[in-house]
Amino acid sequence: MKYFQLIWTALFRKKLRTLFTLLSLSAAFLLIGLLQAVTSLFAGSVDFLGADRLIVQARTSFTQSLPMRMLPQIEMLPGISRVNHSQFFGGQFQDSRQPFPQFVVNPQRLFDTYPEWVIDKDQRANFISTQDGAIVGRLLAERSGWKVGDIVPLNSFIWLKADGSRVWEWRVVGIFDGKNQEWKDRTQLMYLNYGQFEEARPLRAKGLAGVFVVRLKHPEDSQRVSDMIDAKFENSVDETKTQNEQEFQLGFIKQFGDIGFMMNLISAAVIFTILILTGYTMSQAVRERIPELAVLKCLGFTDNLVLWLVLAEALLLCAIGAGIGMGLSTMLTTALPAEFPPLRTDGRVWLFAATTVVGLALAVGLPPALRAKRLKIVDALAGR
Amino acid sequence: MAHTPKPPLVEIRGLTKAYVRGKQVVEVLHGIDLDIPEGDFVALMGPSGSGKTTLLNMIGGLDSPTDGLLMVNGQRIDDFGSNELAAWRARTVGFIFQSYNLMPVLTAQKNVELPLLLTDLNASQRARHADIALELVGLSDRAKHKPNELSGGQQQRVAIARALVSDPQLLICDEPTGDLDRKTADEVLKLMQTLNSQYGKTIIMVTHDPKAAEYARRIVHLDKGVLVDEAAH
Repeated sequence: MKYFQLIWTALFRKKLRTLFTLLSLSAAFLLIGLLQAVTSLFAGSVDFLGADRLIVQARTSFTQSLPMRMLPQIEMLPGISRVNHSQFFGGQFQDSRQPFPQFVVNPQRLFDTYPEWVIDKDQRANFISTQDGAIVGRLLAERSGWKVGDIVPLNSFIWLKADGSRVWEWRVVGIFDGKNQEWKDRTQLMYLNYGQFEEARPLRAKGLAGVFVVRLKHPEDSQRVSDMIDAKFENSVDETKTQNEQEFQLGFIKQFGDIGFMMNLISAAVIFTILILTGYTMSQAVRERIPELAVLKCLGFTDNLVLWLVLAEALLLCAIGAGIGMGLSTMLTTALPAEFPPLRTDGRVWLFAATTVVGLALAVGLPPALRAKRLKIVDALAGR
Repeated sequence: MAHTPKPPLVEIRGLTKAYVRGKQVVEVLHGIDLDIPEGDFVALMGPSGSGKTTLLNMIGGLDSPTDGLLMVNGQRIDDFGSNELAAWRARTVGFIFQSYNLMPVLTAQKNVELPLLLTDLNASQRARHADIALELVGLSDRAKHKPNELSGGQQQRVAIARALVSDPQLLICDEPTGDLDRKTADEVLKLMQTLNSQYGKTIIMVTHDPKAAEYARRIVHLDKGVLVDEAAH
């Protein structure tokens, strides 16, 4: 701590240069914070998903439907407590720039397989009994201004009605929420009653499900039950691929590209750019101070102490820049309106930034620090 | 009872220094023998390239000899490693340079405190020691000023305070008045003389200036890497 003032004053020896470097670092870390918040959103979005749920899809692709008759066959297997069917609806409501997912489900089975959803008892009963009923997640309802009793027309880009129309009208019968913050943050979706869907579909599409959602009695049976389900339908026309819910969601996300990889790639480009800039600044700053460093050695500062002082200066520079950038990133993501995805500059992002700061400080600080360590007092004082 | 003479503070025997420049080996000092008793004030004089600064640097532990013996206060410093030498310098030597070599971003007081960062003193003790050193050089009222707010003479006095603050036995001065006008140079030299006579500091000063050398107790002349003449005042 006693060397702090020495490090601090050395850092701000050329105020304008340090200020510009800090601005660059802050901008870079703001960008890194936001990019990593996106990565974190995708990675973290599946972290909390139940280990006691499996998703059964067609072996070839989850876009391939499975026959509904498989549901009781799966449900009778040991270790399974409940099975639901779920079909991605692909509906669009007026403004296509704000898409939200909808799933066609069996309402009763939904609440059995997803006890994390919380809904009023009457609304739950209405969803079960209303053929064209829909329940809306709290965040989605707030964003769209929907309330119970509203009719929501959805234009499905996947499902045609038997009469050829793509517009399906759904009656909002309930608003559901999550049991905790993670699930509350996920309430940007809509569930639709299978009744109307099945009735209005063309004959050739009837009796088909997208995937089956399996709730296990014991999470530790996950692998065993997965293998059992896939084995049961092996060599049939409807071979299955069963995964836990996390794996399924990650696979779903990756169909749009490996978001995390792309975000990390952009982050790496940003870090590389800032590394060059900060590295140049640090080298320049130390080069200008060679005689001063030699004087410190004259006074009895050891070679290693001088090395640590330069490294500490690099670390301080990077930490201040990163602190400002990450602070701004946190403020921005916190202040995002509800219609945006729930981005968070969370612990995972801060940890990434902290690791980056240490790596960056070492990369930009070590070369000049080693130079400072190795400098010969007599040569440095003589300007050689 | 027999009187044992006190050994010299600095004892130099057969000191040689050679530099390798490309394929050439250039010997700068050729077997110097020199004793400097404690409390002495020695001026090292000689033409450019005579090796006086090289000799001074070695006595101050900034450079190591190629051959010979170099003892300061009974310790063979020519055997010391880099860290040992650094610790020894912090304890034993104060440096005063021609161009002051103060940290431009630190105040006079913080500059003077620098050597004390290597001690166990806390912040208030360091500040108190620096105040005393600045008072000794007559710059108490300039403690909060940065070097660029001080005259050349004042900057050199801050450098002297920095050299003194850890109470070293030996002051190593390389052309301390080289950048000063005559009047200021005389003030600085008088101050050094006071440090020598009243505070018992052993001073070794390299100078080109015969007038500056007159302030020393003894003048040692070097030429082409050998001692050629010694004169006491």
